[in-house]
Amino acid sequence: MKTKLTALAVTTALVAPAAIAEEMTIVSWGGAYSKSQLKAYHEPYSEKTGVTILNDDSSAEAVAKLRAMDEAGNVTWDVVDVVAADAMRLCDEGLAMEIDADTQLAAAPDGTSASEDFGDLLVSECFIPQIVYSTTFGYRTDLVGDTAPTEICSVFDLDAYPGKRSLEKRPINNMEWALLCDGVAKDDVYDVLATPEGQDQALAKLDTIKDSVIWWSAGADTPQLLADGEVIMGSTYNGRLFSVIEEQKQPVAMLWDAQVFDLDGWIIPAGLSDERKARALDYIMFATDTQRLADQAKYISYGPARKSSAPLVGQHAELGIDMAPHMPTDPENAKNTFLYNYEFWADYRDDIDAKFQAWLAK
Amino acid sequence: MTDTSTQSGPMLAADGTPLKKSLARALRLQKMRALALIAPLLIFVLVSFVIPIGSMLFRSVENGSVAETLPLTVAELQNWDATSGELPDEALYAAFTTDMVAAIEAKKHTRLGSRLNYEHTGMSSLFRKSGRQIKKLDPAADAPFKDKIIDIDKKWGDVETWQVIKTHSVKYTNGYFLNAIDMQRTVEGAKAQPEDKQILIKLFQRTLFMSMVITVSCILLGYPVAWLLANLPARTANVLMILVLLPFWTSLLVRTSAWKVMLQQQGVINEVLVWLGIVADDARLVMINNQLGTIIAMTHILLPFMILPMYSVMQTIKPTYLRAAKSMGATNWTAFWRVYFPLSVPGIGAGSILVFILSIGYYITPEIVGGTKGVFISNRIAYHISSSLNWGLAAALGTILLAVVLVLYWAYDKIVGIDNVKLG
Amino acid sequence: MADTESNDAFVEFDRVQKSYDGEILVVKDLNLTMPRGEFLTMLGPSGSGKTTCLMMLAGFETATHGDIRLGGTSINNIPPHKRGIGMVFQNYALFPHMTIAENLSFPLEVRKMGKSDREAKIKRALDMVEMGAFGGRRPAQLSGGQQQRIALARALVFEPELVLMDEPLGALDKQLREKMQFEITNLAHNLGITTVYVTHDQTEALTMSDRVAVFDDGRIQQLDPPDTLYEEPQNSFVAQFIGENNTLEGVVKEINNGLALVELDDGELIDCKPVHESVKPGARTRVSIRPERVEYNKDRIQEGAHTLKAVVKEFIYMGDIFRTRLSVAGNDEFIIKTRNAPDVERLTPGQQIEVGWLPEDCRALDA
Repeated sequence: MKTKLTALAVTTALVAPAAIAEEMTIVSWGGAYSKSQLKAYHEPYSEKTGVTILNDDSSAEAVAKLRAMDEAGNVTWDVVDVVAADAMRLCDEGLAMEIDADTQLAAAPDGTSASEDFGDLLVSECFIPQIVYSTTFGYRTDLVGDTAPTEICSVFDLDAYPGKRSLEKRPINNMEWALLCDGVAKDDVYDVLATPEGQDQALAKLDTIKDSVIWWSAGADTPQLLADGEVIMGSTYNGRLFSVIEEQKQPVAMLWDAQVFDLDGWIIPAGLSDERKARALDYIMFATDTQRLADQAKYISYGPARKSSAPLVGQHAELGIDMAPHMPTDPENAKNTFLYNYEFWADYRDDIDAKFQAWLAK
Repeated sequence: MTDTSTQSGPMLAADGTPLKKSLARALRLQKMRALALIAPLLIFVLVSFVIPIGSMLFRSVENGSVAETLPLTVAELQNWDATSGELPDEALYAAFTTDMVAAIEAKKHTRLGSRLNYEHTGMSSLFRKSGRQIKKLDPAADAPFKDKIIDIDKKWGDVETWQVIKTHSVKYTNGYFLNAIDMQRTVEGAKAQPEDKQILIKLFQRTLFMSMVITVSCILLGYPVAWLLANLPARTANVLMILVLLPFWTSLLVRTSAWKVMLQQQGVINEVLVWLGIVADDARLVMINNQLGTIIAMTHILLPFMILPMYSVMQTIKPTYLRAAKSMGATNWTAFWRVYFPLSVPGIGAGSILVFILSIGYYITPEIVGGTKGVFISNRIAYHISSSLNWGLAAALGTILLAVVLVLYWAYDKIVGIDNVKLG
Repeated sequence: MADTESNDAFVEFDRVQKSYDGEILVVKDLNLTMPRGEFLTMLGPSGSGKTTCLMMLAGFETATHGDIRLGGTSINNIPPHKRGIGMVFQNYALFPHMTIAENLSFPLEVRKMGKSDREAKIKRALDMVEMGAFGGRRPAQLSGGQQQRIALARALVFEPELVLMDEPLGALDKQLREKMQFEITNLAHNLGITTVYVTHDQTEALTMSDRVAVFDDGRIQQLDPPDTLYEEPQNSFVAQFIGENNTLEGVVKEINNGLALVELDDGELIDCKPVHESVKPGARTRVSIRPERVEYNKDRIQEGAHTLKAVVKEFIYMGDIFRTRLSVAGNDEFIIKTRNAPDVERLTPGQQIEVGWLPEDCRALDA
């Protein structure tokens, strides 16, 4: 009897931690974005596997926190949602593990390999892209006068569009737009920006509107500033603008011209135990397959990163409107787009940021 | 011999042991018990305060990554005259290849690239891209390497690339501190950063100046409130005290955002002013996203830290002092200025130190309402911690901030005297 | 009102009333005149209104009704700093952030006095209280007694005609207090200043004052020189409050030849001097007899003295005197004090004796 009891106790002791371990921490951005992931990925995955998913809205500080965790030797995150630039940085720092798309991700339904399906968007060995989002402008339809802006350089045109505009408090994107509107050809932008003269040229262009700019640092700022009428136009992520326009019905419209494509996706922290690594890979394989990526677009207006997902994008889950026209990748919206150059910014970020901050403080 | 020592030596206890020793033994248990009582606090302070600060100080000079990742190269670089303008010789390229192959194996080369990119633009991609090629070389078989390496990326044929590596190969560096004061470490020694990159000294100055303005406005606004608190009947004072403490009970972010709603151009204050006709609709006041916004919001947030010490000091000032002064012929103003005010100075001192030190390190509020001219040095520290990951520079900036606070504290002690600081 | 009076009335309270809350009068009807140079003590239990009176005089409280005059002019509307009244506070109120010399200099500076004048006056004032060497110290470095002297010097340094003292010796130990009582009285008399002194310590009041005003319930119960106050209390409160007192209760039977016949509650009849106006035939009365006026040695009981039986309850040897507690006419707390002389009998508890006193030492007061 006694031995039986002990045996039982031992079994429970062995089983219990395993049961507790059937959970994983997924880090993301919070808000509507996390909600779309919950609906499209987490809920179906938990249902399928029984794994409990814990959410942590720390993506904004993910790089610093991962580095701190790595130094402390205790990484508590299993899967982390980051922008591509952060993913590259994490990869460079050795904080994210490399993932081989073809062997560790699902192929497209028609058999196309994952690496081909994602194509150019696999910008780092450690990064599995999930969505394409863009940083673009929204404007107040009632505050811009009779002719609505149609091109990016309206942002720099204080005569035609007097009033405040909001820009992100960092050089990335702003420097490119400034050069584009200062007569630099799209293909030459990064070559020009690599030179000190080019950097000065971009800052000089920004200088022309400096007094009319409110600088933002959180994605929610521009939508709020637009809603309050504090600015007449402002840059932010296209998904934020979608929610201002379609969900909150504010008098705001999109200016898709020269939208800057960027990627957001998953990384798995380096140094996980085999068990946790296997679970994280299993989750990523599930969450980045063709159908799942298309499902996310039902909840938020970001384009799926797989080519094979695009035809599957349907209607918004609650509003019932077609999502395709709201995608940054929609041909109508993507007539003039700009692809964010990761390599360039990985090199020039420290240098240009210092110059940009010095310019801001002037 | 013992006899003489008994007479001329120390006092002895009844059993012949020196009295001091005997006393120490008697007190030891007591001391141990006292130590055990404060041990939790001591450990807490050590873990949460001393160790982090120590590690910050260490990080601001620590620079092991170059020498650890490229040990042979660094040794070889000692033989190379960086100012000669000549490229290093084959031996160095061979050492570099060996180091890199090992580093790529350990996936450490890109990390080194990010580290050196802080000092010299382009190092990040140079290491990342070259890594893919150098990986294929065999250090034992593929010599000579000089041309092959330069072939992989022509930057390896730049003297400047090697100068950067050599300059930053020391194990402990003053480079972060130089960066923190808008200078840089070069082969020819410390040099000023190019003018268009100089920002940090300006931010230090602005931080100190703004903190002083905030401290002064806290004194001006807080003094009358503290006086009222100390002199009103208890019940009214309690209500007022709750109003003073109310800001403490709401989140910092909420308070700051509330100021945004109040101060922005389409905000409450401007709307009211326009409605009253005091301000024209097209000339709304700009009260946020600038220094004024930062001063207003931070004064509000830090005001309780000024009022509370002032209040507790004022509470101890007996009303008879004022009466005594008046009975001797002083007017209300003289009695206040010559008697009450000097007695309340310790409270002002304590409040000012608190507010000043807190505001010097403030980050969220300037970030949200500061615009371009209202941001503090801590915003740059936060940027280097979370975005650029240049923790060494962040640590150096933090260390300087700490030193500034200590110097000010020392100056305050010299001028006013730290005994004159009372929290109550 | 009365110009002739104001000539020797330097300080004058004329029908002064004071209420803090509009419901209760703290000072009910105060009339008091003080000639120049007098040392007057306001004595009373706490809450009797004495401090309020002092504060009204200093100008820190305003009278709700009535007039306060100084040197003949009403000072009701003069702010405290223009009244020119020196004041010593209970806890001295020396400014802790100033040295002793600076403390003393303060009233002179606000009077815009020149530096050399100030220094001379400060020196004189410090010498006067024998603290000449302490000018550079801070108040916290002085003992209580020394602080007391400085407070006194500070109140006097600008040579006010009137000095108010609010329980100035309350914080000192007994020995020091007695020494300071003596010094303060001497100073006040030598300098010829008018002094109003507030205390709840009756010994202090009796030893220092020219006149004592006994306060109770917002009124002056009696205003007299110390000896009169002690020996001829006008009512029961004063009799009880000043010195030790024995009380016997009874009813007035008749009044004859200036003596009242009182029937005590246990039936004994005694003769007393009728003092209070309420002492009339048929009225209840309290009879007051001072302990030292009661004798039990048969040889010492004077002729014409009244005698009663008593039982010794307790006999306490106190050195210079014997203090005996007796049971007399139903009062178990009847105290007598006898000087320790060779021929005095020492009593033992339980002993039956006879005690006696002269009818004029026995005062019939209000019930």
